[in-house]
Order: sequence, then C-alpha cells, then structure tokens
Amino acid sequence: MTHPSDTGPAPVLALKDISKSFGAVRALRGVSLELFPGEVHALAGENGAGKSTLIKTLAGVHRPDSGQVLLDGEPVVFHGPGDARDAGIAVIYQEPTLFPDLSIAENIFMGRQPRRALGRIDHKATHTATAALMQRLGVDLDPDRPARGLSIADQQIVEIAKALSFDARVLIMDEPTAALTGSEVARLFGVVRTLREQGAAVLFISHRLEEIFEICRRVTTLRDGAWIASEPVEGMTEDDLVRRMVGRDLDELYPKQDVEPGEVALSVRRLTREGVFTDVSFEVRCGEIVGLAGLVGAGRTEVARAVFGIDRWDAGEVEVQGHRLTNGAPSTAMAAGLALVPEDRRAQGLVMDMSIERNIGLTGLRTTVKAGLMDRGAERSRSLDWAVKLQVKYARIADTVNTLSGGNQQKVVLAKWLATGPKVLIVDEPTRGIDVGTKAEVHRLLSQLAADGVAVLMISSDLPEVLGMADRVLVMHEGRLTAEIPRSEATEETVMAAATGRAAA
Amino acid sequence: MTVTAPTPAPATEVSKSSGTRLVDRVFKMRELAILVVFLVMIAITQAGNSQFLSEQGIKDLLLNATILVLVATGQSLVVITRNVDLSVGSTLGITAYAAGTYLNGGGNPVVAIALAVLLGIGVGLLNGLLVSLGQVPALVVTLGTMYIIRGVDSIWVGSSQITAADLPGGFVDFGSGGISAVPYLALIALAVLIATAYYLKHFGSGRELYALGSNPEAARLAGIPVRKRTLVAYTFCGALAGLAGAMYLARFGNVDSGTGTGYELTVVSAVVVGGVVFTGGSGSVYGAALGALLLTSINGVLPALGVSSVWVLAINGILLLLAIAVDRVVALRVASALKKRNARHA
Repeated sequence: MTHPSDTGPAPVLALKDISKSFGAVRALRGVSLELFPGEVHALAGENGAGKSTLIKTLAGVHRPDSGQVLLDGEPVVFHGPGDARDAGIAVIYQEPTLFPDLSIAENIFMGRQPRRALGRIDHKATHTATAALMQRLGVDLDPDRPARGLSIADQQIVEIAKALSFDARVLIMDEPTAALTGSEVARLFGVVRTLREQGAAVLFISHRLEEIFEICRRVTTLRDGAWIASEPVEGMTEDDLVRRMVGRDLDELYPKQDVEPGEVALSVRRLTREGVFTDVSFEVRCGEIVGLAGLVGAGRTEVARAVFGIDRWDAGEVEVQGHRLTNGAPSTAMAAGLALVPEDRRAQGLVMDMSIERNIGLTGLRTTVKAGLMDRGAERSRSLDWAVKLQVKYARIADTVNTLSGGNQQKVVLAKWLATGPKVLIVDEPTRGIDVGTKAEVHRLLSQLAADGVAVLMISSDLPEVLGMADRVLVMHEGRLTAEIPRSEATEETVMAAATGRAAA
Repeated sequence: MTVTAPTPAPATEVSKSSGTRLVDRVFKMRELAILVVFLVMIAITQAGNSQFLSEQGIKDLLLNATILVLVATGQSLVVITRNVDLSVGSTLGITAYAAGTYLNGGGNPVVAIALAVLLGIGVGLLNGLLVSLGQVPALVVTLGTMYIIRGVDSIWVGSSQITAADLPGGFVDFGSGGISAVPYLALIALAVLIATAYYLKHFGSGRELYALGSNPEAARLAGIPVRKRTLVAYTFCGALAGLAGAMYLARFGNVDSGTGTGYELTVVSAVVVGGVVFTGGSGSVYGAALGALLLTSINGVLPALGVSSVWVLAINGILLLLAIAVDRVVALRVASALKKRNARHA
C-alpha cells in the first residue's frame, strides 16, 4: 500500500527471532522471515518442522513467546485472526475453512459485509462484489450457492476471493495444492502469478518440491522448529532443498523395485454405480503396483469404496483371488484379503482420540480374542510389532494418535491395515500432506509389499508419485476408465491427456 | 473445475440459475411445508367441528402458541450457533414467579415485565458465560443450570403460589384481552419474531451466528468474536424466556414452583420441527415459530375432534421424527443436486 518507495522494496511483513512453545514442545526457535511485495516465497520443511505454527503466528492465531512481527517495518501485535486480517494478511489453510450452510458471497464477506443505513447488510452489493471477484479470478461460481458440496479446488478459489476482497497484501497459502489435480494446480498458479504481479507478497507452502521451483523466488527452510536458510530458489536443485529440510541426503524418493507380476489378485469387471462411475473393469496382479490417476471427482475414490464394499454397486462384479465379493459388505472384503487405506486419514482412517496401540488393533478385534474377550497383551504386541516395522515415531504406544505428525498418522493407518496381512491393498492418496522424508518411507514400504507379492492399487493425484511408483497407470475421467498406460509409456502428458478426456484412444 | 470456457456461456447461465432456484426453493419449502401441514390440520378440524374457528377458538389457538413462539424464537438463536439452552423452562418458571411476587406487593405491571426480562437476561448471561468460557457441551451446562434454577425456584416458592387474585386486574385483562380475535400477547410475540428475523438476516452479527454454528473453527479464523456471539445468543434466549415468564403470568395468572417444568423439551421440539437444524448453521425463526404453532395447536385440535388428549405427546414425538427424517432426505437431495451442478460445470 503506502510504504515509502525508497531504496528497493522493503519487506511488507517480517518475523524477527520468533520463538513459540507449547508446553514442553518448542515449535519455533528464533525463526526469522521476510516477505517482499511482488514475490512468492516458499516455506519448506518436513512435517513437524514448525511451518504451521509459523503460519498461525502470522495469522494472529498464535502469539509468539518472544520475537517480533513487523508490518511495514513497524512492530505489531496481533490479538486475533481479525487483527491480522485488518493488517491485510490472508491465510488459505490446507483444509479450506468455509461455512457450508452459507452462500459463497456470505463466506467471502463474513464479518465485513457492505452495509446500508443503520448498519444493515447490503445483500445486493455483496452479491455484485462476489460476482465481480469470480469474474476477476476467471471462474464460474454462483455467489448465491451454499459452500456445501464445493470441490476443494473451488473452496480454495472462494478463500482466494476472500483474500482479494479485502485487498490482502500478504497471502499465505498452506499446502494449497495438496488436494488438487494438475489442471487445478495450473489454474491456482495462474491466480497466484496475477496476485504477485499486482504486488502481493505470497508465502507458499508445498510438499511438492517441483512446485516450489516453478513458482517461488526465494525459499526459507525450517527444521525441527529452527531456521535453516533463506535463499534464492534459482541455482538450487531439489536435492539441495531436501538436504536442507531433512539435514541429510535422501535416498531415492521413488524406490520402485522391479517385480515379475504373479497371478490376478483383484479383478473388477464392468463395475457401475449409477451417476458415479460406469463400466469400470481392471485387474491387479500379485506383486504389481497399479496407479489410478485422474482429476479429483473423476470417481477414483468411489470405485475404491465400492470395491471394498462401503458403497453398493449397481452392476458388475469384484473378485479377490477368484472369490467373488458380496455387494456392500466390507467384512467379506476384509476376509477375502482386501485392505483399504482411505483418503482422509483423520476422518476415515483413524480414531484420533484413541491410542496408537488401539488404532492399529482395530482391524484385529476379531482375531486378538481369548475366550470371547479382547486379549490386550496380544493386541499390544501386534500393534508394537507393526509400529516398529513401519518406524512410526512416537513417545509411547499408548499415546493418542492426534499427538502424531501427519506422516506418522498415515503410517499408523498403514500399520492397521497391513496387520491384517492383506493380499490386495488399496491406498487412496497415501502421501497427501506428508513430508518428503516420510513420503519416501511410505513409497519404500509399498514397493516392499509388492515385492512380497501383495497387489497394490494406488490412487493418487500426485503425478510424479504415480509415474515413479506404478507398473501400470489406469486413468479415470468423469466416472469412466479412459486409459491403461504401461510404465514405459506413462508420462505426465499421456496421463493428463487421458485424465482430462483429451486422449486420442 | 470451474474455469469459464470462453465459448459456451448460455448453457452455464441456465444451469446456474436453475440450481440456485432449486436450493432456494428447498429451503423456503421447509417453512412452507409446516405451514401447509398446519393449515390442513386446521381445515380438517374445522370441517369436523365448526365451532373450532370461532373468534374465541382462534384467540385460544393464538394465545396458547404465543408463549411457545417467544421461547422458541430465543432458543432458535442458540441452536443456530450449534448450542442448546435447556434452562428455558426453569427460567420461565422463576421469572413468572418473580414478576408475580412483585405485582402482588403492589408493583407496576410494566416494571414487573422488565423485571422478568432482566432476570431472564441474568440467567442467559450465566449460561452464555459457562458455555463460551467452559468449553463444555451446552447440553450438559444448561442441564446443570436448569436444575439449579429449578432448585432455587423451589426453595423460594416453597408450597406457596401466585393466583390471579394476587395480581392487578388490568394485568390479567391484558393477558387475555386483544383486538377482536388477536390477543395482545400474540402481537407482542409477533413483533419480537419479526424483529429477530430481520436482525438475523440483515445484520452482520446476526449472520455471524449462522457462521459460527455452521463451522465454529472457520468462524474463529474469520475473526468472528465467537464467545461474544455465543453470549449474545444465550442472553437473548434468556431475555425472551423471561418475557415469556411475564406473559405466562398474565395469561394464566397462576404460578407455583412447578411452572415450566419440562417446557424446555417442548421448546426444542418446536424449534427442530420448524426446521432449525440441531447441528447449527441453518434454519429460521419463522420456521421455529411455525413449529411452535403446529405443536400447540395439536393440543386444541384433538379435543375438538373428540380424540383423547393423551395422544398429544405421541403425536408431538411423531412430528419431531418426521421433521428430522424430512430434513435428512432434503439434505441428501440438496447435496446431490449441488454435486451435479459441480459436474455440469466441469
């Protein structure tokens, strides 16, 4: 806005020597950061490095224990999110925080609606302003529709519109691309570039390193709550960045072992669920990792849910090692050797308030039984066994899972299902929102499972992951399987073409 | 994906407006549906008993509904914020007795009403503070205050009671009087209802109540003063329970230590039947008022049709379940309609 245009741009927002502790946990230790207008700045670090705490400090949610927040060079204290917003700081969280019952227009202008006389809301002006914002962003969303049911990509657009509506000078984006598909990411980046050109300072967090190199000019790295470096992205390699983040060299991110596929483990034939997916047929063989790619909403998760029996199918059949599965019966699917690691680990994969031990034990409730009662000892040793195998980082096995970082939570979900000794493992977005170190571990684990003869079906919106890990790539578009691409021919172009329905075949 | 393609504008225009209309219609329909059920019920009763809609009949109908409408209006605000206030029955009882005691000592009726409202505000503030500061579920907190207030009331009232004879004649006359078939009390309730609805729709703090019921975490991040708004909702609810207490006194002239016992559940039923979603963020006070009208009129309808009034409770229960079932079905329909609109825009 109006900072003196003297020698070069001054940082619009800066953190100086910020520390913040939660109880005994020192989330941030002397972290500094400078955000300049017209620049996209990356914040890198593994899960638990302190990125979220740093963002929440900037957003006025947390107040630092020591250190200063400087706005236009002046120290400020944010007493709440409202203060930060009034200072022109907008935060787009990983999981958009909208009001599902309210209209898009109300979501954008909540708390700041245009007013008429006597402080009444000017509904018409709100609508008009929202329509204008949507036009500016180049999207076609009806200002009056409720936010309920919007795709994550559209929810983020609403969040960005919110930021635009109060002329945010600083835009903080916490893993905005985690749940987006390629073209949605492209659209988002278009918007980010426009904002940057209009002089906004953007702080960008992503676990997809290539995105940092694509859109950011400088990067600040955090490790274990401490500041490691702030430097230009130009001239760095992904390896350099990973080394800063994890403090050591990282083994290959996609450690795919070559396995000779065995017999068919999962066979899906002409599966249809009306209005959701149609005529889906495919096979997964023992020892194979099959990637299932496609845009969000293409019906990938829905197919997985139907195969596992969570949702009923209307036509078709599913066989696991030659046994036909009953429609809509997860217990028979489990008995047949099928395991499903769901997309949303917090809501579907874990009981957040329960211990690690109990969470892993959930799939063994029928097997770890002695005389009709739970055998607590057997449950504990089974859980410990798997937690160790997957190198889950925890203080005590009796700790609740909500004390773990995202990556370790995902390992607990995996452990829970691997403990059932599955023949077929379906993983839905196995590494979403997981730091790069844990991601490599999850990949190594999947690869090892395949080598041990498990058939793996991997749903993922992370294209490099699909290309790096899958023996074959199935692509869905609008509820139909549009392509099956062998590893040798799978590239970003071929997969995206099929995912967007542009495939020639 | 909703990137606007440069060419096909008209198609999206059509789908957009039709989708919006659908959603709007469904929400408006919810209140309309109760109104229709209500009117049908009245029509049937009138057909079976022509005395039902006499001037006195209408007046009774409205008088009976008035107090519930008031309390349900207040309760709606609380439920919209994803909370509940179970202490309204106790509040109504104690405020009615307080106003009665004051009038019995020769007090001014207007001051008596103000006193009841102030006492209600006090209770509302207490509830609001406990809920917003305590981080304890509202159900439990207000269950506690419900018993506390009832207990205090019992100790205070003991075995005594207020009767119409203890009250100034003008006050009692006002309670049963009206402009032809419309009672004064109903007019007051209507004025409160309209003002509340207007506030909820047209004022920022009103919309914020919906926001905070719809997604409390998002509300906090949006800078909405969550505690303050919760406090306001409870205070308003308490104030209306207090006003309802004064009206109860004027209407019935008879208050003892048991007045208003169990009333909170009737209120919650009315609110839910009226389409205010129990998980917050959605619904209107008009709906809640219609729910209250429907529930109370059943009390009058059954005797008029010669059905034993022992059926009243069961029928109220059925209505409640029906309302929840309808809401669930409608919600699923709306969700799938919205998903389809996404698909069309893809």
